Amino acid sequence: MSTTDVSSSGSADVARRTSPRGKTFDPIFEGLCFAAATALLATLGGVLISLFIGGWPALKTFGFGFLTGVTWDPVKDVYGAAGPIVGTLITAAVALLISLPIAGGVAFFLVELCPQSLRRTIGTAVELLAGIPSIVYGMWGLFVFAPFFARTVEAPLITSAAPGSFAEKLFSGIPNGSGILVASIILAIMILPFMAATLRELLMTVPPQVRESAYGLGATTGEVVMKVTLPYVSRGAVGAVMLGLGRALGETMAVTFIIGNSHDFPHGLFDAGSTIASTIANEFNEASGLQASALIALGLVLFLITFIVLTLARLMLRQPARA
Amino acid sequence: MTVSQTRVIQRKITNLVFVGFCFAVTAIALTALALILYSLVSQGLGGLNLDIFTKDTPAAGSPGGLLNAIIGSILMSGLGMVIAVTIGILAGTWLAEYAGMSRYGVVIRFLNDVLLSAPSILVGLFVYEILVHPFKSFSGIAGAVALALLAAPVITRTTEDVLKLQPIALRESGFALGTPVWTVIRTILWRGSTSGLLTGALLAFARISGETAPLLFTALNNQFRSFDMTSPMASLPAVIYQDALTPYPDLNKLAWAGALLIAASVLMITIIARILSTEQKRS
Repeated sequence: MSTTDVSSSGSADVARRTSPRGKTFDPIFEGLCFAAATALLATLGGVLISLFIGGWPALKTFGFGFLTGVTWDPVKDVYGAAGPIVGTLITAAVALLISLPIAGGVAFFLVELCPQSLRRTIGTAVELLAGIPSIVYGMWGLFVFAPFFARTVEAPLITSAAPGSFAEKLFSGIPNGSGILVASIILAIMILPFMAATLRELLMTVPPQVRESAYGLGATTGEVVMKVTLPYVSRGAVGAVMLGLGRALGETMAVTFIIGNSHDFPHGLFDAGSTIASTIANEFNEASGLQASALIALGLVLFLITFIVLTLARLMLRQPARA
Repeated sequence: MTVSQTRVIQRKITNLVFVGFCFAVTAIALTALALILYSLVSQGLGGLNLDIFTKDTPAAGSPGGLLNAIIGSILMSGLGMVIAVTIGILAGTWLAEYAGMSRYGVVIRFLNDVLLSAPSILVGLFVYEILVHPFKSFSGIAGAVALALLAAPVITRTTEDVLKLQPIALRESGFALGTPVWTVIRTILWRGSTSGLLTGALLAFARISGETAPLLFTALNNQFRSFDMTSPMASLPAVIYQDALTPYPDLNKLAWAGALLIAASVLMITIIARILSTEQKRS
């Protein structure tokens, strides 16, 4: 529409044009958007508050002993969460220990060593695998991996460990294929594609000049990765690892299938154990009263642990490696 | 041999070890993942037949399928996605268009990232406390809300990212015509980033369609076919979990078939999302 058109019409018409009818919806729309954003905040706050309220009876009854007690006995109504808490921390840590070098190796391979023709295919495959639901990993662990592992690894290790040695303690347990170590291995396989994909993406953000000048100085592939590109993204890499740790800590289904679900304090790698998430998944539906409250309090502990880990991870990933 | 020569050999050996390690672990990782896919396909295909899509979950020993679970999964993910898309797109729009660098915006952006990877079982507990406990009944609605709370952060994140890719000039030209802000957002920004928004929604859908933990104490499970969202409802992941842990081979087989169904649909959704997003980058 041309200017002459506007000038030829009356002033009331101009006013109508400069303030279109839709304008009145502007504040409403902004309010809706704002409300939606606040709803996300409210969710996180709501999770924290509802876990605290629900878990309060148990926390009040057992006090600090809830965290340190090793007895989890629904019959006597005594709940100490040290077993599941330690189980969570151990499985997540062992999973990370196994997964980290492998994920790093895969990422380095994809960025530095892989032939160009395979790079896209393998890279995409790794990313797709990161999306497979955890229950699939759990089923594979239960039906395929656990029996295999019990037969070929656990039984020989247990029989070969010298009586009284440290190895005997470490490998104590029943070789039935469910326990702390098997759960850790499945967790490791589960977080592997995720960490590899994130690390690969990070390494690809390194400017080509940086990498090429390192190669130009005669550095070997290993030196380029370990001394140039990895330090370049070190902050982000730590963040990616902690995201993986966060996943391992909160993972429920894959672990519930294979950890054996015993609330005793785990003594060896092959012992049945439990994690916070697996305990909640197993017992919550049958629980009432103090037991339900204790399970929700366990959830609160898990929330606090993962919140700290995830916050650190996001802070690390957020700030660029080079200012 | 001079010192520098030994040093060169040392470096070459170290490098060889490094390269060998990378090759080896990649081979191990790919083998492990291939093994998982292999057992999934070989065990799942055996149980896959027409009954799966036409019969409800059976008791051990009798024939049956997964129809009630498939219906439950579709209904709950569908309702969950409607809620999540509404919240996610509006919240993402707020972050991209209104929040700027305000302190509240920074806080929400950060907490949304945390929520994105929070343990799903805790979201399940939260929904149990607010929707199951007060109404004294497990329900499909509670399951849908739990799924929505897991999908919304994903959609929020992608919406914000996609909107920020739109050039400032697009907004300015809209405002210069005297268009109200919300009309600019709807008719220019949203329309211009349709495929990006769709990608985000698909990724969120892929994420929630395999979620089990939050459904266990919100929607519970149901042996029978049900369209009633206010009562307990079956879902594929919950049925898989339940059937896999029974000692009956026929139920285990059904669980494998269900797992194959879920994994295949998740992979398909992810692939569609990737194709959409590469098309968007090209244009």
